[in-house]
Amino acid sequence: MGSNIIDALFIFMLAAFIGFEVIRRVSPLLHTPLMSLTNALDAIAVVGAIVLVGEHKSTFAAVLGVIAIIAATSNVVGGFLITDRMLKMFKSSRPEKPASAKI
Amino acid sequence: MTDFAGNQLIIEVIYLVASALFILSLKWLSSPTTARRGVRAGEIGMILAIAGTLLHHGIVDYKWIIIALVLGSGIGIPLGMVHMTAVPQRTALSHAFGALCVTLVGSAEFYLRSPNVPRFMMAVLSMEVILGSLTFTGSLMAAGKLQEILPQRPLTYKGQNLVNLSLLVISIGIAVYLVLYPGTKQLFPAMIVIPLIFGVLMIVPIGGADMPTVISLLNSYAGLSAAAMGFVLDSKLLIIAGALDGSSGLILSVIMSKAMNRSFTNVLFGAFGQVQASAAGATEEKPVHSATPDEASGILAAANRVVIVPGYGMAVAQAQHKVRELYDALTKRGVDVRFAIHPVAGRMPGHMNVLLAEADIPYDRLMEMDDINGDFPQTDVALVIGANDVTNPAARTDAGSPIYGMPILDVDKARTVMVIKRGMSPGFAGVDNPLYYMDKTLMLFGDAKSFVNSIVHELSGAH
Repeated sequence: MGSNIIDALFIFMLAAFIGFEVIRRVSPLLHTPLMSLTNALDAIAVVGAIVLVGEHKSTFAAVLGVIAIIAATSNVVGGFLITDRMLKMFKSSRPEKPASAKI
Repeated sequence: MTDFAGNQLIIEVIYLVASALFILSLKWLSSPTTARRGVRAGEIGMILAIAGTLLHHGIVDYKWIIIALVLGSGIGIPLGMVHMTAVPQRTALSHAFGALCVTLVGSAEFYLRSPNVPRFMMAVLSMEVILGSLTFTGSLMAAGKLQEILPQRPLTYKGQNLVNLSLLVISIGIAVYLVLYPGTKQLFPAMIVIPLIFGVLMIVPIGGADMPTVISLLNSYAGLSAAAMGFVLDSKLLIIAGALDGSSGLILSVIMSKAMNRSFTNVLFGAFGQVQASAAGATEEKPVHSATPDEASGILAAANRVVIVPGYGMAVAQAQHKVRELYDALTKRGVDVRFAIHPVAGRMPGHMNVLLAEADIPYDRLMEMDDINGDFPQTDVALVIGANDVTNPAARTDAGSPIYGMPILDVDKARTVMVIKRGMSPGFAGVDNPLYYMDKTLMLFGDAKSFVNSIVHELSGAH
Protein backbone atom coordinates (compact mmCIF):
# COMPACT_ATOMS: atom_id res chain seq x y z
CA MET A 1 0.00 0.00 0.00
CA GLY A 2 2.75 2.43 0.99
CA SER A 3 4.60 2.30 -2.30
CA ASN A 4 1.30 2.35 -4.19
CA ILE A 5 0.44 5.72 -2.69
CA ILE A 6 3.79 7.16 -3.69
CA ASP A 7 3.49 5.67 -7.18
CA ALA A 8 0.05 7.19 -7.52
CA LEU A 9 1.30 10.60 -6.37
CA PHE A 10 4.13 10.47 -8.90
CA ILE A 11 1.67 9.64 -11.67
CA PHE A 12 -0.61 12.48 -10.58
CA MET A 13 2.24 14.96 -10.53
CA LEU A 14 3.56 13.95 -13.95
CA ALA A 15 0.10 13.92 -15.49
CA ALA A 16 -0.64 17.36 -14.06
CA PHE A 17 2.57 18.74 -15.57
CA ILE A 18 1.80 17.15 -18.94
CA GLY A 19 -1.70 18.59 -18.68
CA PHE A 20 -0.38 22.10 -18.04
CA GLU A 21 2.13 21.95 -20.87
CA VAL A 22 -0.27 20.45 -23.41
CA ILE A 23 -3.26 22.59 -22.53
CA ARG A 24 -1.28 25.83 -22.38
CA ARG A 25 -0.75 25.37 -26.11
CA VAL A 26 -4.44 25.08 -26.92
CA SER A 27 -5.52 28.20 -28.79
CA PRO A 28 -8.15 30.33 -26.99
CA LEU A 29 -10.11 29.86 -30.20
CA LEU A 30 -10.83 26.29 -29.06
CA HIS A 31 -11.38 26.79 -25.34
CA THR A 32 -15.02 25.71 -25.50
CA PRO A 33 -14.28 22.43 -27.33
CA LEU A 34 -11.35 21.95 -24.93
CA MET A 35 -13.71 22.06 -22.00
CA SER A 36 -16.21 19.66 -23.52
CA LEU A 37 -13.43 17.27 -24.57
CA THR A 38 -11.73 17.18 -21.17
CA ASN A 39 -15.17 16.64 -19.70
CA ALA A 40 -15.72 13.61 -21.90
CA LEU A 41 -12.26 12.23 -21.03
CA ASP A 42 -12.93 12.84 -17.35
CA ALA A 43 -15.97 10.59 -17.63
CA ILE A 44 -13.49 7.69 -17.72
CA ALA A 45 -14.66 7.52 -14.09
CA VAL A 46 -17.23 5.20 -15.67
CA VAL A 47 -14.69 2.36 -15.37
CA GLY A 48 -14.84 2.64 -11.58
CA ALA A 49 -18.61 2.51 -11.68
CA ILE A 50 -18.58 -0.49 -14.04
CA VAL A 51 -16.43 -2.51 -11.65
CA LEU A 52 -18.69 -1.46 -8.77
CA VAL A 53 -21.82 -2.70 -10.55
CA GLY A 54 -20.15 -5.80 -11.96
CA GLU A 55 -18.77 -7.01 -8.65
CA HIS A 56 -22.18 -6.58 -7.04
CA LYS A 57 -20.85 -6.63 -3.49
CA SER A 58 -24.05 -5.09 -2.14
CA THR A 59 -27.33 -3.98 -3.67
CA PHE A 60 -26.77 -0.45 -2.32
CA ALA A 61 -23.38 -0.20 -4.03
CA ALA A 62 -24.79 -1.65 -7.25
CA VAL A 63 -27.65 0.86 -7.34
CA LEU A 64 -25.29 3.80 -6.81
CA GLY A 65 -23.04 2.28 -9.46
CA VAL A 66 -25.83 2.01 -12.04
CA ILE A 67 -26.71 5.70 -11.58
CA ALA A 68 -23.00 6.55 -11.79
CA ILE A 69 -22.60 4.62 -15.06
CA ILE A 70 -25.61 6.40 -16.55
CA ALA A 71 -24.29 9.84 -15.53
CA ALA A 72 -20.76 9.17 -16.80
CA THR A 73 -21.84 7.51 -20.05
CA SER A 74 -24.04 10.47 -20.90
CA ASN A 75 -20.91 12.63 -20.54
CA VAL A 76 -18.85 10.32 -22.71
CA VAL A 77 -21.38 10.19 -25.53
CA GLY A 78 -22.59 13.79 -25.25
CA GLY A 79 -19.11 15.20 -24.72
CA PHE A 80 -17.49 13.60 -27.74
CA LEU A 81 -20.53 14.30 -29.89
CA ILE A 82 -20.72 18.03 -29.17
CA THR A 83 -16.94 18.50 -29.33
CA ASP A 84 -16.88 17.00 -32.80
CA ARG A 85 -19.88 19.07 -33.89
CA MET A 86 -18.16 22.25 -32.70
CA LEU A 87 -14.83 21.43 -34.30
CA LYS A 88 -16.52 20.62 -37.61
CA MET A 89 -17.68 24.24 -37.75
CA PHE A 90 -14.24 25.79 -37.49
CA LYS A 91 -13.22 26.55 -41.06
CA SER A 92 -10.35 28.56 -42.42
CA SER A 93 -10.77 31.22 -45.12
CA ARG A 94 -7.74 29.71 -46.84
CA PRO A 95 -9.18 26.50 -48.30
CA GLU A 96 -6.98 23.51 -47.41
CA LYS A 97 -8.70 21.06 -49.72
CA PRO A 98 -10.14 22.46 -52.94
CA ALA A 99 -12.85 19.79 -52.79
CA SER A 100 -14.41 21.25 -49.66
CA ALA A 101 -14.42 24.83 -50.95
CA LYS A 102 -17.98 25.92 -51.59
CA ILE A 103 -17.45 29.36 -53.10
CA MET B 1 -4.65 -17.00 -9.99
CA THR B 2 -2.34 -17.00 -12.99
CA ASP B 3 -5.36 -16.51 -15.20
CA PHE B 4 -6.42 -13.48 -13.17
CA ALA B 5 -2.96 -12.07 -13.34
CA GLY B 6 -2.90 -12.54 -17.09
CA ASN B 7 -6.20 -10.77 -17.54
CA GLN B 8 -5.11 -8.03 -15.20
CA LEU B 9 -2.00 -7.45 -17.26
CA ILE B 10 -4.03 -7.11 -20.44
CA ILE B 11 -6.33 -4.60 -18.73
CA GLU B 12 -3.38 -2.54 -17.47
CA VAL B 13 -1.82 -2.48 -20.96
CA ILE B 14 -5.12 -1.34 -22.43
CA TYR B 15 -5.33 1.42 -19.81
CA LEU B 16 -1.78 2.45 -20.67
CA VAL B 17 -2.71 2.81 -24.34
CA ALA B 18 -5.88 4.69 -23.39
CA SER B 19 -3.87 7.13 -21.23
CA ALA B 20 -1.51 7.83 -24.13
CA LEU B 21 -4.47 8.40 -26.44
CA PHE B 22 -6.02 10.86 -23.95
CA ILE B 23 -2.83 12.89 -23.83
CA LEU B 24 -2.53 12.83 -27.64
CA SER B 25 -6.17 13.83 -27.85
CA LEU B 26 -5.49 17.05 -25.92
CA LYS B 27 -2.24 17.64 -27.78
CA TRP B 28 -4.01 17.49 -31.15
CA LEU B 29 -6.63 19.90 -29.89
CA SER B 30 -4.01 22.67 -29.93
CA SER B 31 -4.76 23.55 -33.54
CA PRO B 32 -8.07 23.61 -35.47
CA THR B 33 -6.46 21.59 -38.28
CA THR B 34 -5.70 18.57 -36.09
CA ALA B 35 -8.43 19.01 -33.47
CA ARG B 36 -10.88 16.51 -34.91
CA ARG B 37 -8.17 13.88 -34.93
CA GLY B 38 -7.91 14.61 -31.21
CA VAL B 39 -11.57 13.76 -30.72
CA ARG B 40 -11.04 10.46 -32.58
CA ALA B 41 -8.08 9.61 -30.35
CA GLY B 42 -10.13 10.35 -27.25
CA GLU B 43 -13.00 8.20 -28.49
CA ILE B 44 -10.75 5.24 -29.26
CA GLY B 45 -9.09 5.57 -25.87
CA MET B 46 -12.47 5.64 -24.17
CA ILE B 47 -13.82 2.61 -26.03
CA LEU B 48 -10.63 0.66 -25.29
CA ALA B 49 -10.79 1.57 -21.61
CA ILE B 50 -14.44 0.57 -21.23
CA ALA B 51 -13.94 -2.69 -23.17
CA GLY B 52 -10.85 -3.47 -21.11
CA THR B 53 -12.73 -2.88 -17.88
CA LEU B 54 -15.35 -5.42 -18.89
CA LEU B 55 -12.56 -8.06 -18.83
CA HIS B 56 -12.12 -7.38 -15.12
CA HIS B 57 -12.11 -10.74 -13.32
CA GLY B 58 -14.37 -9.62 -10.48
CA ILE B 59 -17.28 -8.78 -12.75
CA VAL B 60 -20.10 -11.26 -12.34
CA ASP B 61 -23.09 -9.22 -13.44
CA TYR B 62 -23.10 -7.75 -16.93
CA LYS B 63 -26.82 -7.14 -17.29
CA TRP B 64 -27.00 -3.92 -15.29
CA ILE B 65 -23.76 -2.62 -16.75
CA ILE B 66 -25.18 -2.94 -20.26
CA ILE B 67 -28.53 -1.43 -19.24
CA ALA B 68 -26.80 1.55 -17.61
CA LEU B 69 -24.47 2.07 -20.57
CA VAL B 70 -27.43 2.08 -22.94
CA LEU B 71 -29.47 4.45 -20.76
CA GLY B 72 -26.48 6.78 -20.38
CA SER B 73 -25.94 6.86 -24.13
CA GLY B 74 -29.64 7.61 -24.56
CA ILE B 75 -29.26 10.68 -22.35
CA GLY B 76 -25.92 11.62 -23.86
CA ILE B 77 -27.05 11.80 -27.49
CA PRO B 78 -29.60 14.63 -27.02
CA LEU B 79 -27.10 16.39 -24.73
CA GLY B 80 -24.58 16.21 -27.55
CA MET B 81 -27.03 17.61 -30.08
CA VAL B 82 -28.02 20.82 -28.27
CA HIS B 83 -27.95 24.14 -30.09
CA MET B 84 -24.64 26.01 -29.98
CA THR B 85 -26.10 28.85 -27.92
CA ALA B 86 -26.90 26.28 -25.20
CA VAL B 87 -23.33 24.98 -24.96
CA PRO B 88 -22.50 26.83 -21.70
CA GLN B 89 -25.41 25.28 -19.78
CA ARG B 90 -24.77 21.88 -21.35
CA THR B 91 -21.17 22.09 -20.18
CA ALA B 92 -22.25 23.01 -16.67
CA LEU B 93 -24.71 20.10 -16.68
CA SER B 94 -22.02 17.67 -17.78
CA HIS B 95 -19.77 18.85 -14.92
CA ALA B 96 -22.69 18.02 -12.63
CA PHE B 97 -23.04 14.53 -14.12
CA GLY B 98 -19.32 13.85 -13.85
CA ALA B 99 -19.33 14.97 -10.23
CA LEU B 100 -22.43 12.86 -9.51
CA CYS B 101 -20.70 9.74 -10.82
CA VAL B 102 -17.61 10.39 -8.71
CA THR B 103 -19.62 11.11 -5.54
CA LEU B 104 -21.77 7.98 -5.89
CA VAL B 105 -18.80 5.69 -6.50
CA GLY B 106 -16.95 7.28 -3.58
CA SER B 107 -19.93 6.76 -1.26
CA ALA B 108 -20.37 3.14 -2.32
CA GLU B 109 -16.66 2.49 -1.78
CA PHE B 110 -16.86 3.97 1.71
CA TYR B 111 -19.78 1.80 2.82
CA LEU B 112 -18.19 -1.31 1.31
CA ARG B 113 -14.87 -0.74 3.07
CA SER B 114 -15.76 0.97 6.36
CA PRO B 115 -14.45 0.51 9.02
CA ASN B 116 -11.33 -0.89 7.33
CA VAL B 117 -10.33 2.23 5.46
CA PRO B 118 -6.63 3.12 5.57
CA ARG B 119 -6.00 6.75 6.52
CA PHE B 120 -4.61 7.93 3.21
CA MET B 121 -7.49 6.30 1.35
CA MET B 122 -10.04 7.90 3.68
CA ALA B 123 -8.40 11.29 3.13
CA VAL B 124 -8.60 11.10 -0.67
CA LEU B 125 -12.05 9.53 -0.47
CA SER B 126 -13.21 12.51 1.59
CA MET B 127 -11.69 14.88 -0.93
CA GLU B 128 -13.44 12.94 -3.68
CA VAL B 129 -16.93 13.17 -2.18
CA ILE B 130 -16.57 16.75 -0.86
CA LEU B 131 -15.37 18.09 -4.22
CA GLY B 132 -17.84 15.87 -6.05
CA SER B 133 -20.85 16.97 -4.02
CA LEU B 134 -20.14 20.68 -4.17
CA THR B 135 -19.39 20.47 -7.88
CA PHE B 136 -22.65 18.59 -8.44
CA THR B 137 -24.99 21.19 -6.93
CA GLY B 138 -22.74 24.11 -7.94
CA SER B 139 -22.84 23.01 -11.56
CA LEU B 140 -26.59 22.41 -11.47
CA MET B 141 -27.01 25.95 -10.13
CA ALA B 142 -24.72 27.34 -12.83
CA ALA B 143 -26.64 25.43 -15.50
CA GLY B 144 -29.93 26.77 -14.07
CA LYS B 145 -28.65 30.33 -14.17
CA LEU B 146 -27.34 29.94 -17.71
CA GLN B 147 -30.60 28.37 -18.89
CA GLU B 148 -32.35 31.27 -17.12
CA ILE B 149 -34.47 28.91 -15.03
CA LEU B 150 -32.87 30.60 -12.03
CA PRO B 151 -32.44 34.39 -11.72
CA GLN B 152 -29.15 35.47 -13.28
CA ARG B 153 -28.91 38.41 -10.92
CA PRO B 154 -26.40 37.74 -8.12
CA LEU B 155 -27.96 37.32 -4.68
CA THR B 156 -25.86 38.61 -1.83
CA TYR B 157 -26.51 38.88 1.88
CA LYS B 158 -24.52 39.90 4.91
CA GLY B 159 -22.04 37.37 6.23
CA GLN B 160 -22.29 35.31 3.04
CA ASN B 161 -18.62 34.49 2.88
CA LEU B 162 -18.62 33.58 6.57
CA VAL B 163 -21.51 31.13 6.12
CA ASN B 164 -19.87 29.53 3.10
CA LEU B 165 -16.50 29.33 4.74
CA SER B 166 -17.93 27.73 7.89
CA LEU B 167 -19.74 25.08 5.83
CA LEU B 168 -16.49 24.24 4.12
CA VAL B 169 -14.59 24.13 7.39
CA ILE B 170 -17.25 21.85 8.94
CA SER B 171 -17.06 19.39 6.04
CA ILE B 172 -13.27 19.33 6.25
CA GLY B 173 -13.60 18.78 10.01
CA ILE B 174 -15.85 15.77 9.39
CA ALA B 175 -13.34 14.47 6.87
CA VAL B 176 -10.54 14.71 9.42
CA TYR B 177 -12.66 12.90 12.00
CA LEU B 178 -13.44 10.13 9.51
CA VAL B 179 -9.77 9.75 8.67
CA LEU B 180 -9.12 9.16 12.39
CA TYR B 181 -12.24 7.01 12.97
CA PRO B 182 -13.28 5.48 9.63
CA GLY B 183 -15.90 3.35 11.39
CA THR B 184 -18.26 6.28 12.12
CA LYS B 185 -20.58 5.51 9.25
CA GLN B 186 -23.31 7.80 10.58
CA LEU B 187 -21.12 10.87 9.96
CA PHE B 188 -20.57 10.09 6.30
CA PRO B 189 -23.92 11.45 4.98
CA ALA B 190 -23.11 14.82 6.59
CA MET B 191 -19.90 14.95 4.56
CA ILE B 192 -22.07 14.75 1.43
CA VAL B 193 -25.02 16.92 2.45
CA ILE B 194 -22.99 19.89 3.73
CA PRO B 195 -20.91 20.25 0.54
CA LEU B 196 -24.15 19.86 -1.45
CA ILE B 197 -25.51 22.91 0.38
CA PHE B 198 -22.19 24.69 -0.02
CA GLY B 199 -22.36 24.11 -3.78
CA VAL B 200 -25.71 25.89 -3.97
CA LEU B 201 -24.65 28.81 -1.77
CA MET B 202 -21.37 29.17 -3.66
CA ILE B 203 -23.19 29.97 -6.93
CA VAL B 204 -25.99 32.13 -5.45
CA PRO B 205 -23.89 35.36 -5.41
CA ILE B 206 -22.60 34.89 -8.95
CA GLY B 207 -23.86 36.94 -11.87
CA GLY B 208 -23.95 35.99 -15.53
CA ALA B 209 -20.76 37.79 -16.55
CA ASP B 210 -18.72 35.83 -14.01
CA MET B 211 -19.86 32.53 -15.48
CA PRO B 212 -16.72 31.91 -17.60
CA THR B 213 -14.59 31.86 -14.45
CA VAL B 214 -17.08 29.77 -12.50
CA ILE B 215 -17.51 27.14 -15.19
CA SER B 216 -13.73 26.81 -15.51
CA LEU B 217 -13.39 26.45 -11.76
CA LEU B 218 -16.12 23.80 -11.57
CA ASN B 219 -14.38 22.01 -14.44
CA SER B 220 -11.22 21.96 -12.39
CA TYR B 221 -13.04 20.66 -9.29
CA ALA B 222 -14.68 17.89 -11.34
CA GLY B 223 -11.25 16.85 -12.60
CA LEU B 224 -9.66 16.88 -9.16
CA SER B 225 -12.47 14.81 -7.68
CA ALA B 226 -12.02 12.25 -10.47
CA ALA B 227 -8.29 12.14 -9.77
CA ALA B 228 -9.05 11.59 -6.08
CA MET B 229 -11.31 8.71 -7.11
CA GLY B 230 -8.34 7.32 -9.04
CA PHE B 231 -6.33 7.31 -5.80
CA VAL B 232 -9.13 5.50 -3.96
CA LEU B 233 -9.53 2.83 -6.64
CA ASP B 234 -5.79 2.73 -7.34
CA SER B 235 -6.56 3.41 -11.02
CA LYS B 236 -3.69 5.11 -12.84
CA LEU B 237 -5.88 5.82 -15.85
CA LEU B 238 -8.35 7.72 -13.71
CA ILE B 239 -5.59 9.65 -11.95
CA ILE B 240 -4.20 10.73 -15.33
CA ALA B 241 -7.58 11.69 -16.81
CA GLY B 242 -8.49 13.58 -13.64
CA ALA B 243 -5.16 15.40 -13.54
CA LEU B 244 -5.55 16.43 -17.20
CA ASP B 245 -9.07 17.71 -16.62
CA GLY B 246 -8.09 19.40 -13.36
CA SER B 247 -5.16 21.23 -14.91
CA SER B 248 -7.23 22.23 -17.92
CA GLY B 249 -9.88 23.77 -15.67
CA LEU B 250 -7.22 25.46 -13.59
CA ILE B 251 -5.50 27.01 -16.62
CA LEU B 252 -8.83 28.29 -17.95
CA SER B 253 -9.75 29.72 -14.53
CA VAL B 254 -6.46 31.57 -14.35
CA ILE B 255 -6.91 32.96 -17.88
CA MET B 256 -10.46 34.03 -17.10
CA SER B 257 -9.62 35.65 -13.78
CA LYS B 258 -6.70 37.52 -15.37
CA ALA B 259 -9.02 38.76 -18.10
CA MET B 260 -11.35 40.14 -15.44
CA ASN B 261 -8.50 41.51 -13.36
CA ARG B 262 -9.38 39.38 -10.35
CA SER B 263 -6.71 37.68 -8.33
CA PHE B 264 -6.93 33.92 -8.40
CA THR B 265 -7.45 33.68 -4.62
CA ASN B 266 -10.31 36.14 -4.98
CA VAL B 267 -11.90 33.69 -7.42
CA LEU B 268 -11.11 30.60 -5.33
CA PHE B 269 -12.88 31.99 -2.31
CA GLY B 270 -15.98 32.69 -4.29
CA ALA B 271 -15.86 36.45 -4.06
CA PHE B 272 -17.45 36.76 -7.46
CA GLY B 273 -19.86 39.42 -8.48
CA GLN B 274 -18.80 41.92 -5.88
CA VAL B 275 -18.01 44.56 -8.49
CA GLN B 276 -21.52 45.69 -9.19
CA ALA B 277 -21.87 47.25 -5.74
CA SER B 278 -20.49 50.62 -6.79
CA ALA B 279 -23.03 51.78 -9.33
CA ALA B 280 -22.61 54.92 -11.36
CA GLY B 281 -22.95 57.93 -9.06
CA ALA B 282 -23.09 60.81 -11.48
CA THR B 283 -25.60 60.08 -14.20
CA GLU B 284 -26.08 63.51 -15.71
CA GLU B 285 -27.32 63.56 -19.26
CA LYS B 286 -24.35 63.66 -21.55
CA PRO B 287 -24.82 64.11 -25.28
CA VAL B 288 -24.23 61.11 -27.53
CA HIS B 289 -24.16 60.91 -31.29
CA SER B 290 -26.49 58.38 -32.79
CA ALA B 291 -26.80 57.15 -36.34
CA THR B 292 -29.27 55.34 -38.58
CA PRO B 293 -28.56 52.05 -40.39
CA ASP B 294 -28.29 54.07 -43.59
CA GLU B 295 -25.52 56.31 -42.18
CA ALA B 296 -23.77 53.37 -40.55
CA SER B 297 -23.68 51.37 -43.76
CA GLY B 298 -22.29 54.37 -45.63
CA ILE B 299 -19.38 54.67 -43.20
CA LEU B 300 -18.75 50.92 -43.20
CA ALA B 301 -18.76 50.76 -47.00
CA ALA B 302 -16.20 53.56 -47.19
CA ALA B 303 -13.85 51.89 -44.68
CA ASN B 304 -10.77 49.86 -45.50
CA ARG B 305 -10.41 48.08 -42.19
CA VAL B 306 -13.26 47.10 -39.91
CA VAL B 307 -13.01 45.28 -36.59
CA ILE B 308 -16.18 43.79 -35.13
CA VAL B 309 -16.27 43.34 -31.36
CA PRO B 310 -18.93 40.77 -30.38
CA GLY B 311 -20.16 40.30 -26.83
CA TYR B 312 -22.78 38.35 -24.97
CA GLY B 313 -25.44 40.72 -26.33
CA MET B 314 -24.82 39.30 -29.79
CA ALA B 315 -25.46 35.79 -28.48
CA VAL B 316 -28.64 36.87 -26.69
CA ALA B 317 -29.96 38.53 -29.83
CA GLN B 318 -28.94 35.45 -31.89
CA ALA B 319 -27.33 37.93 -34.26
CA GLN B 320 -24.32 35.83 -35.31
CA HIS B 321 -25.81 34.75 -38.64
CA LYS B 322 -26.73 38.33 -39.52
CA VAL B 323 -23.20 39.35 -38.53
CA ARG B 324 -21.93 36.82 -41.00
CA GLU B 325 -24.05 38.39 -43.74
CA LEU B 326 -22.52 41.74 -42.81
CA TYR B 327 -19.07 40.16 -42.97
CA ASP B 328 -19.84 38.76 -46.43
CA ALA B 329 -21.27 42.04 -47.73
CA LEU B 330 -18.27 44.05 -46.54
CA THR B 331 -15.71 41.49 -47.67
CA LYS B 332 -17.27 41.51 -51.12
CA ARG B 333 -16.62 45.26 -51.27
CA GLY B 334 -12.98 44.70 -50.46
CA VAL B 335 -13.22 45.76 -46.82
CA ASP B 336 -10.88 43.89 -44.48
CA VAL B 337 -13.12 42.60 -41.67
CA ARG B 338 -11.82 40.96 -38.53
CA PHE B 339 -13.29 40.06 -35.15
CA ALA B 340 -11.78 41.00 -31.80
CA ILE B 341 -12.56 38.44 -29.10
CA HIS B 342 -12.09 39.32 -25.46
CA PRO B 343 -11.26 36.24 -23.32
CA VAL B 344 -14.35 36.68 -21.14
CA ALA B 345 -16.78 37.63 -23.91
CA GLY B 346 -19.81 35.37 -23.56
CA ARG B 347 -20.72 32.91 -20.87
CA MET B 348 -17.85 30.40 -21.07
CA PRO B 349 -14.27 30.37 -22.34
CA GLY B 350 -14.23 30.47 -26.13
CA HIS B 351 -18.01 30.98 -26.37
CA MET B 352 -17.86 33.72 -29.05
CA ASN B 353 -15.52 31.70 -31.25
CA VAL B 354 -17.95 28.79 -31.34
CA LEU B 355 -20.93 31.00 -32.16
CA LEU B 356 -19.06 32.79 -34.95
CA ALA B 357 -17.68 29.52 -36.30
CA GLU B 358 -21.22 28.18 -36.32
CA ALA B 359 -22.19 31.15 -38.47
CA ASP B 360 -19.44 30.06 -40.92
CA ILE B 361 -17.05 32.90 -40.21
CA PRO B 362 -13.52 31.61 -40.93
CA TYR B 363 -11.56 31.14 -37.72
CA ASP B 364 -8.49 32.98 -39.02
CA ARG B 365 -10.63 36.16 -38.92
CA LEU B 366 -11.16 35.75 -35.16
CA MET B 367 -8.42 37.60 -33.30
CA GLU B 368 -7.40 37.36 -29.67
CA MET B 369 -7.23 40.52 -27.61
CA ASP B 370 -3.44 40.78 -27.47
CA ASP B 371 -3.09 40.18 -31.20
CA ILE B 372 -5.53 42.84 -32.31
CA ASN B 373 -5.17 45.62 -29.75
CA GLY B 374 -2.15 47.08 -31.57
CA ASP B 375 -4.19 47.30 -34.78
CA PHE B 376 -7.03 49.51 -33.52
CA PRO B 377 -5.25 52.83 -34.34
CA GLN B 378 -5.13 51.71 -38.00
CA THR B 379 -8.74 50.56 -37.93
CA ASP B 380 -11.29 52.72 -39.71
CA VAL B 381 -14.36 51.41 -37.93
CA ALA B 382 -14.68 49.40 -34.75
CA LEU B 383 -18.20 47.97 -34.59
CA VAL B 384 -19.20 46.86 -31.09
CA ILE B 385 -22.12 44.42 -30.99
CA GLY B 386 -23.47 43.56 -27.58
CA ALA B 387 -20.22 44.09 -25.67
CA ASN B 388 -19.81 46.76 -23.02
CA ASP B 389 -17.41 46.45 -20.10
CA VAL B 390 -14.68 44.80 -22.19
CA THR B 391 -14.49 47.98 -24.31
CA ASN B 392 -14.65 50.49 -21.45
CA PRO B 393 -11.62 52.82 -21.60
CA ALA B 394 -12.18 53.69 -17.91
CA ALA B 395 -10.51 50.36 -17.15
CA ARG B 396 -7.32 51.94 -18.49
CA THR B 397 -7.62 55.52 -17.30
CA ASP B 398 -9.91 55.88 -14.28
CA ALA B 399 -8.29 54.51 -11.14
CA GLY B 400 -11.57 54.99 -9.28
CA SER B 401 -13.55 52.75 -11.61
CA PRO B 402 -14.55 49.30 -10.32
CA ILE B 403 -13.20 47.72 -13.48
CA TYR B 404 -9.92 49.66 -13.37
CA GLY B 405 -7.01 47.47 -14.43
CA MET B 406 -9.11 44.98 -16.37
CA PRO B 407 -7.53 44.33 -19.77
CA ILE B 408 -9.81 45.72 -22.47
CA LEU B 409 -10.09 45.87 -26.23
CA ASP B 410 -8.75 49.31 -27.24
CA VAL B 411 -11.79 50.09 -29.34
CA ASP B 412 -11.54 53.80 -28.51
CA LYS B 413 -8.34 54.05 -30.54
CA ALA B 414 -10.12 53.25 -33.79
CA ARG B 415 -10.89 56.19 -36.12
CA THR B 416 -14.65 55.68 -35.81
CA VAL B 417 -16.47 53.62 -33.22
CA MET B 418 -19.98 52.28 -33.68
CA VAL B 419 -21.87 50.67 -30.83
CA ILE B 420 -25.04 48.66 -31.35
CA LYS B 421 -26.96 48.82 -28.11
CA ARG B 422 -30.58 48.70 -26.98
CA GLY B 423 -30.33 51.80 -24.80
CA MET B 424 -27.96 53.70 -22.57
CA SER B 425 -28.16 51.28 -19.61
CA PRO B 426 -24.79 50.45 -18.07
CA GLY B 427 -23.23 47.01 -18.44
CA PHE B 428 -22.94 44.16 -15.99
CA ALA B 429 -20.48 45.97 -13.75
CA GLY B 430 -22.88 48.89 -13.45
CA VAL B 431 -20.20 51.22 -14.75
CA ASP B 432 -20.81 54.04 -17.17
CA ASN B 433 -18.83 53.65 -20.38
CA PRO B 434 -17.04 56.89 -21.48
CA LEU B 435 -16.61 55.31 -24.91
CA TYR B 436 -20.21 56.20 -25.71
CA TYR B 437 -19.68 59.93 -25.23
CA MET B 438 -16.62 60.28 -27.44
CA ASP B 439 -16.91 62.51 -30.49
CA LYS B 440 -15.96 59.71 -32.84
CA THR B 441 -18.50 57.30 -31.38
CA LEU B 442 -21.80 56.67 -33.08
CA MET B 443 -24.50 54.93 -31.07
CA LEU B 444 -26.68 52.61 -33.10
CA PHE B 445 -29.74 52.12 -30.93
CA GLY B 446 -31.75 48.96 -31.48
CA ASP B 447 -31.81 45.19 -31.35
CA ALA B 448 -28.49 43.76 -32.56
CA LYS B 449 -30.06 41.32 -34.99
CA SER B 450 -32.46 43.74 -36.69
CA PHE B 451 -29.94 46.58 -36.74
CA VAL B 452 -27.27 44.46 -38.42
CA ASN B 453 -29.94 43.23 -40.80
CA SER B 454 -30.83 46.81 -41.77
CA ILE B 455 -27.16 47.61 -42.37
CA VAL B 456 -26.79 44.53 -44.58
CA HIS B 457 -29.94 45.58 -46.42
CA GLU B 458 -28.57 49.07 -47.06
CA LEU B 459 -25.22 47.68 -48.20
CA SER B 460 -26.75 45.32 -50.73
CA GLY B 461 -29.58 47.59 -51.83
CA ALA B 462 -27.68 50.83 -52.34
CA HIS B 463 -25.54 49.59 -55.19
